[in-house]
Amino acid sequence: MIAHDHLVIVPVVLPLAAGAIMLVIDERRLAVKAAISIGAALALVGVGLALIRIATPLGATVYRVGNWPAPFGIVLVLDRLSAVMVLLAAVLGVASLVFSLARWQRAGPRFHSLVQFLLMGVNGAFLTGDLFNLFVFFEVLLAASYGLALHGSGALRVRASLHYITMNLAASLLFLIGASLIYGATGTLNMADLAQRWRESLIGDRTLFEVGGAILGIAFLVKAGMWPLCFWLPGAYSAASAPAGALFAILTKVGVYAVLRTGTLFLGVEVAASPSPGTPWLVAAGMATLAFGTLGVLASQSLSRLASYSVLVSSGTLLAVIALGKPALTGAALYYLVVSTLALSAFFLLVELVERGRTPGADVLAVTAEAFGTEQQDDDEPTGIAIPAATALLGLAFASCAIMLAGLPPLAGFVGKFAMLHALLEPRPVPVTSWTMLALLVGSGFATIVAMGRAGVRRFWATPDMRAPRVRMVELIPIVVLLALCVGLTVQAGPSLRYLEQAAQMLHAPAAYVHGVLSAR
Amino acid sequence: MTELVVSLAIGVLAGSGVWLLLRPRTFQVAVGLTLLSYAVNLFILAMGRLRVGAAPVVAAAASADPARYADPLPQALVLTAIVINFATTALLLVVLLASRGLTGTDHVDGEERSG
Repeated sequence: MIAHDHLVIVPVVLPLAAGAIMLVIDERRLAVKAAISIGAALALVGVGLALIRIATPLGATVYRVGNWPAPFGIVLVLDRLSAVMVLLAAVLGVASLVFSLARWQRAGPRFHSLVQFLLMGVNGAFLTGDLFNLFVFFEVLLAASYGLALHGSGALRVRASLHYITMNLAASLLFLIGASLIYGATGTLNMADLAQRWRESLIGDRTLFEVGGAILGIAFLVKAGMWPLCFWLPGAYSAASAPAGALFAILTKVGVYAVLRTGTLFLGVEVAASPSPGTPWLVAAGMATLAFGTLGVLASQSLSRLASYSVLVSSGTLLAVIALGKPALTGAALYYLVVSTLALSAFFLLVELVERGRTPGADVLAVTAEAFGTEQQDDDEPTGIAIPAATALLGLAFASCAIMLAGLPPLAGFVGKFAMLHALLEPRPVPVTSWTMLALLVGSGFATIVAMGRAGVRRFWATPDMRAPRVRMVELIPIVVLLALCVGLTVQAGPSLRYLEQAAQMLHAPAAYVHGVLSAR
Repeated sequence: MTELVVSLAIGVLAGSGVWLLLRPRTFQVAVGLTLLSYAVNLFILAMGRLRVGAAPVVAAAASADPARYADPLPQALVLTAIVINFATTALLLVVLLASRGLTGTDHVDGEERSG
């Protein structure tokens, strides 16, 4: 085994080490902690970039932890999808940590360690090739996310976290039931081994296996925020502090990733030949999530709830499109996943800055005033006030987020949505499902732009007494960088789409993955 | 006989757990989750097939006849699951106490429903 083979385990070990070291450093030495934490996250970005280069278009890179061969030992598996996801998580980590330098890192204890443990869990979940380790990494990331959800404390956060923790503990128990049923039916938990046995019909009790898979799927879908399992999400996400919310943007994507990974491994081949029973159901559920998220976006009165419902819109789109099970569509969906996560993360950070210059409760008043027509005319206000630079920058960032999330040209959100629409219309005649999906996608984009436009006008133009929020550069930089990455992905849409389409093709031809894992020496 | 006892135990624990989980008081929810996790732990153990008097560790000298041994993997899994559930339930209890302190009520929504 040569040195760069060990790179696959670095995304798990590095945050673990950084987080553990920071536990023994005194809480008052925040500068040291911040340096270690951001250093580790930046190193993770580097590792992610290297992994993207290592991940071959054929097969998977397998890392045998403990050097035992695959079905018996624990393996980490790197393919293009996991490499992209690891890089995405690292980028969000850096953005959120830099943002927290201004003030959030002081809002509660052990913030930096929690972020590192969250990154460890997320990376582990993306890389593992084993169902039980997936459970363990889910628990690691959830435990860290409980801490982050509570970060900053306050009655609202504690209440939201209570719901969030209870919901996820129950989902974890379902995960365990599903995993143990699958073990009971097959005697293995290695995903590649399971996929091979499934395909070669070596599983004695198929019903037991399918029931296990269904229960496991419910656990994943709770994480992904599928309707009707998503009622915990807007409350928990909108109550979370800004850096935590920015990181949580990737947590639903972990659920989507798990659905995609197990779905393609077990159903990948069958979907082409004969549609499996689970998939049309998942398409419908994804569409319902999309519709629910869209309604939520329209109904949101505060920006943080708007952001949380946008998370649901993104999840619903991904679930429905992935469940349609076409490689070209999955490739476009992966592109959408990356850009929408970046945009959502930027939006969560931005919301806090925008809300800073406002009095609490103003949103509710504004909407009520609109509904009942009791709005006061501010005719005697002086016109043509010079807009302070911070407000202008925030407004620009807000507009970019709106364009990204709604999927308007010229930014990457449009490229992602257009690629999905294009792939939806590909084989003629177009089935009804695709038309419905198309209508929902366009409709959700329209609703998002209406809601974001309304919110933006209220925040930036129609607030005469708005004080320019006191914003520090370290808070603006991560937002600008995240949005710049979106612009970069727009400019480089060709190569990145091609890369992700190859990733999707690998997903839809799982034989190479299975062979790679089981024959790894 | 063992099967009957174990399945009854799992059923009773899971049933009580779900009922308590759906109750409005935070402590009931915490106890419900604990009972549910007991049920799940037993269930994992049962998924490795129930064996009486069979060792999970293969002795080095003995002939390796798998039929004479219990499946060691679910026992390892259940150990992990117990530790994780224990830790997260402890965390839930802390949050529960914080919620009680901040809102002054032990209702899961942080406020009493009138009527």
